[in-house]
Amino acid sequence: SQAAWCELPSRVLLVLTSQRGVQMYESDGSTMVFWHALDIPEQPAAHSVFARGIATAGGRFVCVGTSSGAVLVFDIPPKGTNVTLSEILEQHRDPVTDIAAEQGQAPDGAGDLVTADDAGTLCLWSTGEEFTLLGKIPGSGSSCSSVTLWNGIVAAGYGNGQIRLWEAGSGRIRAQVSAHARWIYALDLAPLTGKLLSGAEDSFVHVWQLSRKPDTDDIEIRHCHAECVTDTQVCGARFCDPAGDTFAVTGYDLSEILCYGPA
Amino acid sequence: VMNDIISAMFKKNFMEELFKPQDLYSKKALRTVYDRLAHTSIMRLNQASMDKLYDLMTMAFKYQVLLCPRPRDILLVTFNHLDAIKDFISDSPGILNQVDETFRQLIETYNCLSDGEFQLIRQTLLIFFQDMHIRVSIFLKDKVQNSNGRFVLPISGPVPWGTEVPGLIRIFNHKGVEVKRAEFTTAGNYVTPQREGSFELYGDRVLKLGTNMYSVTRPVETHMSGSSKTLASQAKENIVPNPLAKEELNFLARLLGGLDIQKPAGGETGFRLNLFTTDEEEEHAAQTRPEELSYKVINIEATQEPGRRAELSRILGELEVAEPRPGSAEKGEDLLALMDGL
Repeated sequence: SQAAWCELPSRVLLVLTSQRGVQMYESDGSTMVFWHALDIPEQPAAHSVFARGIATAGGRFVCVGTSSGAVLVFDIPPKGTNVTLSEILEQHRDPVTDIAAEQGQAPDGAGDLVTADDAGTLCLWSTGEEFTLLGKIPGSGSSCSSVTLWNGIVAAGYGNGQIRLWEAGSGRIRAQVSAHARWIYALDLAPLTGKLLSGAEDSFVHVWQLSRKPDTDDIEIRHCHAECVTDTQVCGARFCDPAGDTFAVTGYDLSEILCYGPA
Repeated sequence: VMNDIISAMFKKNFMEELFKPQDLYSKKALRTVYDRLAHTSIMRLNQASMDKLYDLMTMAFKYQVLLCPRPRDILLVTFNHLDAIKDFISDSPGILNQVDETFRQLIETYNCLSDGEFQLIRQTLLIFFQDMHIRVSIFLKDKVQNSNGRFVLPISGPVPWGTEVPGLIRIFNHKGVEVKRAEFTTAGNYVTPQREGSFELYGDRVLKLGTNMYSVTRPVETHMSGSSKTLASQAKENIVPNPLAKEELNFLARLLGGLDIQKPAGGETGFRLNLFTTDEEEEHAAQTRPEELSYKVINIEATQEPGRRAELSRILGELEVAEPRPGSAEKGEDLLALMDGL
């Protein structure tokens, strides 16, 4: 199950995914605005059915991934409950793991949405009335567990502990980092500064600095800081402010949310 | 006793049921199956020893699942279990055959799953074990568990097969040519692994998780004090009626139907396994076990004879209703109590 705040120009929705499907609530949790049920097979099947991966796109859509590989695109009205399923994107052949929208300024030709799956395949989209597939980056054997998109740079975290940076426009790899010793569970990006946060099962949380030089088009990633959450497999990590000065961490069997900030 | 238990566990019918796609059992259902398995030989355990044995099994399994370097290593752990079991019955070709058959089925069903699918399985198992922090002497002594019941997660040693030692950053230009390298350091002290474990019927698994913890005589104490933080959530779980109780009972009936309880024949008195140092200690443990950690297992004696089995099917058949009835969840709980009385 996942939960995400979806910020649109006129409203904020709380979107939840689970094995049943997708639910959307008003931001104070008072009313359920909409729910979409996934087709659940009669008998338990060999493969489980679930929704996973949530992102807001184009100031108008909420995109949710599914275990079949399909990405559901919901059109959200400025207010009220008249949410409609606007499109189903069927480019992934493996369960969707994560979806991310552009959080900075996309260069020309680069899309504004990236979707990832269990095979490590990444799809780049331009959003709108109709979504267009701009490019596909094939996986190389490891699940892409989480993804972010900033200034046309896709930052992807993988099950084998690697972080890779891809150029959204060309689909070319621009950086490869042996970041963690275990499965990466979370990636987050601070849009004001381009700081990247990664959390994994190896107990470590790392802060990185992404950069893109507009004239040379050099894309770089630099290591800033590491924290070790002793004896904890980190399951969630998020910046608490848009500049990335503070971040929060959660882990398996941990009943607390740990917050880290400048000294 | 070993032969009886292993032979019961690996019987064709039992394994067939286990291999069917299904949801994870509830804690109650798992404990019931475990109890039944433990009684398929002439060995008997009192409530306190059974509770302790189950605690040990639970925490050991949680440890193995949690520490798997790669999600797919849970399969290697399973293979380690089977390798050890085969060692116990190495001179019983009939049972050995059954185990090998299960081994082959595991290979056929699971070897082809993706990392993502294994991670889902692992996550589901970890959710089942969440908030369990019973301290186990052997783990405390070996320093794999802290005094607060949490497992030690080492940040050194070999990285999983397929993962690189953390520290390297490689930068490529827009033509895909590597133009820069940088390094970063952390408190971790990892090394490259030597080789991958084998997923074949025979082979070196490399991974030590899942091998026999008791190959040398070790203490078996467990400690429950200090687990108070977990008790509230566990207690809540025992009270909320399980809406899937009916399906679970159907499954349990089919599964347990194939497991016959052994009664010591003629002059044999069987033997009782006591996991405590003395009978008095066992008695004391039974009386002082925290209420929230009692498993409340009901012995399902109903499936001993064919006649009883038919009776059970009839009762279950009567549970089939056209529309969902509000009391149906409680009906499931009642059936367990009813079967206890049979």
